[in-house]
Formats: sequence, structure tokens, C-alpha cells
Amino acid sequence: MDKILQQRAPIMQAMEELRIKRVVPFDVPGHKRGKGNPELVDFFGEKTMSIDVNSMKPLDFLGHPVSVIKEAEEIAADAFGAAHAFLMVSGTSNSVIAMIMATCKRGDKLLMPRNVHKSALSALVLSGAVPVYIDPGLESNLGISEGMKLADIRRAIDENPDATAIFLNNPTYYGICSNLPAIVKMAHEKGIAVLVDEAHGTHFSFGRDLPISAMAAGADMSAVSMHKSGGFLTQSSFLLLGKSQSPQHVRQIINLTQTTSASYLLMVSLDISRKNLALNGIKIFDEVGKMANYARDEINSIGGYYAYGKEIINGDSIYDFDHTKLSVNTLKTGLAGRKVYDILRDEYDIQIEFGDIGNFLAYVSVGDNMKGIERLCSALSDIYRRHGSDKKLAINYEYIHPTIVATPQEAFYAEKELVYIRNAKNRISSELVMCYPPGIPIIAPGEMITQAAIDYILYSKEVGNNLTGTQDEDVEQLYVLR
Amino acid sequence: MELWFTENHSEHARFSIKIDKHLYGADSDIQRIDVFQSPEFGRFLTLDGLMMMTEKDEFAYHEMMVHVPMAVNPAIKDVLIIGAGDGGIVRELARYDTIAIMDMVEIDEQVVKVCKQYLPQTASSLDDPRLTIYYQDGLKFVRHAKEEYDLIVVDSTDSDGPGEGLFTREFYGNCLKALKDDGILVNQLGSPYYKADAAAMVRAYDKLKHVFPIYSAFQAHIPTYPSGHWLFGFASKNQNPTNVSSEWVKLDIDTKYYNTALHIGSFALPNYVGDMLK
Repeated sequence: MDKILQQRAPIMQAMEELRIKRVVPFDVPGHKRGKGNPELVDFFGEKTMSIDVNSMKPLDFLGHPVSVIKEAEEIAADAFGAAHAFLMVSGTSNSVIAMIMATCKRGDKLLMPRNVHKSALSALVLSGAVPVYIDPGLESNLGISEGMKLADIRRAIDENPDATAIFLNNPTYYGICSNLPAIVKMAHEKGIAVLVDEAHGTHFSFGRDLPISAMAAGADMSAVSMHKSGGFLTQSSFLLLGKSQSPQHVRQIINLTQTTSASYLLMVSLDISRKNLALNGIKIFDEVGKMANYARDEINSIGGYYAYGKEIINGDSIYDFDHTKLSVNTLKTGLAGRKVYDILRDEYDIQIEFGDIGNFLAYVSVGDNMKGIERLCSALSDIYRRHGSDKKLAINYEYIHPTIVATPQEAFYAEKELVYIRNAKNRISSELVMCYPPGIPIIAPGEMITQAAIDYILYSKEVGNNLTGTQDEDVEQLYVLR
Repeated sequence: MELWFTENHSEHARFSIKIDKHLYGADSDIQRIDVFQSPEFGRFLTLDGLMMMTEKDEFAYHEMMVHVPMAVNPAIKDVLIIGAGDGGIVRELARYDTIAIMDMVEIDEQVVKVCKQYLPQTASSLDDPRLTIYYQDGLKFVRHAKEEYDLIVVDSTDSDGPGEGLFTREFYGNCLKALKDDGILVNQLGSPYYKADAAAMVRAYDKLKHVFPIYSAFQAHIPTYPSGHWLFGFASKNQNPTNVSSEWVKLDIDTKYYNTALHIGSFALPNYVGDMLK
């Protein structure tokens, strides 16, 4: 990383120059720096409105960058150790879609764990690629998905030597990392491209004592979500390329789905925050790590809760652990992780990232301070005092290897009919069903619907999880293949 | 030349005090600390520009925070004090020979140093042998305490400053845990008058309500605080706030503001305040 280069923020600088010139706008957006809509100015502030502008010569064009955006992308690539970086303004979802569509066309095989983010399945619907699922395995004491075992990947590659790409979540939501360098080596020997959903691992490129980043491990593409651990504005993201990929081809793919009116608020945010991480990342993530470690110790001293750290590393499926993630197991408190999540918000005014049956995740980031950490620890202590019990919650989770009858694209566009989910056993789904957060599908298009999946959906509805994905807004009915 | 200290009591109302001399001013790790000398109020302490105490009217605040719970239960022995770096609470508590332990948790060591140097009127008892001062976050301290105290006095800054964590449900819940069965918690709740203050006060009181089986609010007149009308919370597991012990009068403690009739009266709130707290 070139620290002198990283001090630059070319898009921000171009915006500043434009502001000083006081250019008379006869272009869109029609609010004309806010003057056409005083309520917007009141709410967002004059400065924000004045930089909500459209693409123009001095500001470059995201769809075909030649000046300041191009430069910002080059500096970002340097920051991440990538061959090329794309500024993305439609979230990491769009970065994931672009990675898959850039590497897999209709009929191509994509090796992937089943617990991917919804956006990966959307990409399969769009591209027509065929998923080949690898069981990510379950850490049975905690009830969370592990990373990928090398033996499973070896087997999947041996069984599908014609696969085009392999797609990985690294780190997982809970902070678990796979052995990326070994996976990359294994895949590259067979000419398989490695695509990494690194939405929760932005900081790997900037801190120290952190798991290896996808680019450093030699992956071909990586989607990093800058608004998560990076602390950027919501929806901003980078798509990173290794040397093997053609930036021109990937640009074309991105332009299929990304807006032509990219928000300069998001692009400036990418510029400023990349600069901050590049220059101050070590200090920032040392601090974040210290706060997370402190919180882990304090939470573990309450009783019941288990805030896990690097001790769960096992050399294979949990190859590394991201200690900035504050992941907490609740099974021994007698409370579901989801329940703790709800109580924290409803009774303590503390919003955490998400909770599932036996775990919750509190996101610790560049924006946190010790005051907030003390509040979280104290609230957890109080919840345990009020509601904790010795009754250990059991989790019955079994990975059911999905039976894929049609590709997600075929299933999505097939002749279909609406049935009640409870009656959908053994039918082929045309839609996906998921809880958000975390946005991992329970049923994906093209899959045979199992009784276990039906039970899980009904259970999730009962405990109040936010289900979504189907055309039916109440998620009572589901389109299945005729 | 005229020098005035001004604090905004609302967006549209200010309160000013003429200053003779700026005695101390510095930023600690936590906040801005200032001490002024004034003709009207004597010396006074501000944190982040907000009035904490003046020599002229601090007696009202400190006496009410201490003698109200002590008169309800004169058997109180072990006391936890949160905040209170100026020493005023400790000074009032130290007047009871029956008190055995005073643990004081102040987040900012610099406040205590400054008060010892410039505000001897309140800081005089800060070397009482029964007192131990812990320089740490109050929220953390109570999290690690269990059924240890008869009384917790929370003398904090406002809910949007460093004292934020002391107006939360998690704090009150952990205080409940840190108190013995007869335990009492007293805290400053702020003013019911200006709109933003009133909203914060109601939020804090609502949280207290959710945690303690017995809760109530009482008031005092403190001229240099916004609106001059100040509320305190009284919360406990089983102690009735207006049940003043006949033992207290026998202690013959000389007070300038507090008396037992006022004690009972201080829980009678104006209607508009009572409505807010319903």
C-alpha cells in the first residue's frame, strides 16, 4: 500500500472544486442543490444537498470512468492489494451478483455453500448458472455454520472438475474463516475461479492480527461491503479483482444492472473512508479488537453467555476467527439468541445486528466507544438476572443436502402455481424464502421442498422472525413448479 | 471589563453569572472542567459548560440527596456513590457515625483533584477513612456488585453527557442487584420544566419504574440549575419514601435545607409534573 497515494481522495477533491465554482445547474437532479425542496435541506443539511449532483465532466461517470473515478478506483485497488477495484453504489449485493455473472454463464457450475446471502442466488437466477452445494458443516456446541473443510472442497472439485468457479463466505457473519490460501491453490490447480463474499471482512485488508483477506490469499474476485466494518455510508461497496480477471469484461457486467445515476454521496463516502482506513486502519482495528476482547471477557464473566473467540479455531473448518466480531452463544442462558436481540431493543434501547436460535451478533466497529460497550455488557447482565435459567436450550439442526431439480433460473421462470407452504412438501420451489436478517435462504428456487424446511419456516413465523422472499407478502403461500 | 458565564437553559433561554475570576480550566480525558469565582454564587464548578454546583446553593442538592434516604432508613451502613466528584454527597454522608463504608465511583479523576484544590467547601470530607474512591465507569462497577449496599446515591451529569449510561435500564437493573433487600437508590432526575429536560427526566423515571417495585420522585429548589426546579428519584425494594424514621431527629444533625416535614412535602409534586410521571 502506497501511503502517499492513499492520502488522496480525488472524487472529494473534484466535488470541492465544483462547489467553489458555484456552477449554475441546468441538469438533474431537479432539486438544484436543494433549492427546490427546502424540507430536504432542513432534514439533510445544506452541505449534503449541495453535493447530491449528477455525473458531469469534472466529476467523471461511474459507468465509464476516465478521470477522478478512475483514479479513485486505482487508489482503492492499491489499498486492498487488488489488481483492480470498482466503486459500487448498489450495495455488496450488486458486487456479489457481478462476481457470479462475470464468471458463470448459463449452465456453468458454481460450487458454493448453501448458506450464502440471497444475492448469490439472485445471481444464479440472472445468469442461469447451476449451483453445486457443499455442506458448510455445523459447530455442534454453538449451533453455527462453520467455514469450508478442505476435504469437502477437494471432493466437490473431484466430482465436478468442469466447475467454473467456487463461491465462499469469508468471514461468515459470526466471524469464522476458512483456509483461503489452501482453497485458492486447490481451485486454481483445476482452473476454477475463487469468488469471495467478503462483506464482513473489509477490515482484514487494513488491520493487523486479523485473518487473511481474499486478495492477499490470491482469490480472483472479492466483494467487500464498505458500510459494515468499514464504517462507510450504507449501500457503498467495492468489488475487487485479482490479476486473472479482465476489468473491461467485469465493468460490462456491472453496467448491466447498476444505475447510470450513481450517487456522489456514496462515491465520496467510498473515497473518504478508504483514505481513513488506509491511513489509520491499524489503529482503528486495534481499538475495535480491544473493545471486542474486553466485551467478550466481561460477557463471559456474567454467567450463561458464551462470547467465543479464537479458542474455537480447529485448523480446518474454523481455520481462523475474526476477533472483532462479538458473537455470543446463548444456549446456556435458557434464552434464544433472537429473544435476547428483541429484549435488548425493546427494553434497553440497544440495537444489535441479529439473533438466531442460539446466538446473537453485536457489531463492533470504528464508530463504537467504551460507553456503548459498558451499556451492552450491563444490559446482558441485567437480562440474565431477570430471565436467565439453567435450562439449556437444545438445537435440533441437521443439514439437509438440498435436492436440486432445476437451476434457479429455470425454476424462477417456469410455469408455476401457488400452494400453501405447509402443503408444499416434495414440490419444486420457484421462489426463495429467507429470514432477514441475516438474509440466508431457507428454500431456494429449483429445490425440492423438504418437511424440515417447511417446519423451519413455520417455526420462524411463530417466533416472529422477519420472513420474506415470496410474492405473497404474508409468506403463507409459495409458487412451486407445476 | 465584564466577564460573564452563560449557560443555555433552553434553545431560547439563557442563565448568566458575573465572574470575578476564572480559577481553573482544562480538558480531562472525559470532559471540560472549569472553576469560576463569582460575586453572587461564590465559587462554582462546570463540566462541559454545564453548571454542576455553586458554593451558594449546593447545600440544597446535597442535603436532599443524602438526608431523604437516611431519614427513611437511619440503619444504612454501606453506601455506594456514583459520580459526586465534588465531594458534597460524601460530606453529608460523613456526618453519620453509623455509616461504615462509602465506595465512590467517579469516572474522572481530574474532577476530584480540581475540587480538592478549589472547592474545599464540598471536598472537605474526601479524605474520610471510610471512603474508597474508584476511578472507573459506574455502569461497570455496579455490574460486578451483588447485594452489597444499603444505599446507592447517583450524583451524575445529564443524560446526554458522560453520565449517559447512568440513566439506562441496564444501570438501574444492576443497581437493584447491587442493593441489599432494604436497599434504596436515590438519583438526580433533572428538571421538569424546559421541554428537552422534561423529556429526558420522564424517560429516566420510566426506566426506574420498570426496575424497582417502589419508586417515587421528590423535588428541591436549586436556583442555579435550569428552571431552579429539580427532581430526584427514590427507588427501593421495600422502603416507603415518606416513612420518616423517628430515630432521625434524635441524631440531631444540623441541616440548612432539609427537615422531616419538608421531606414528606417534597414528594408532593405540582400537578403538571405528576401528570408527566404517570
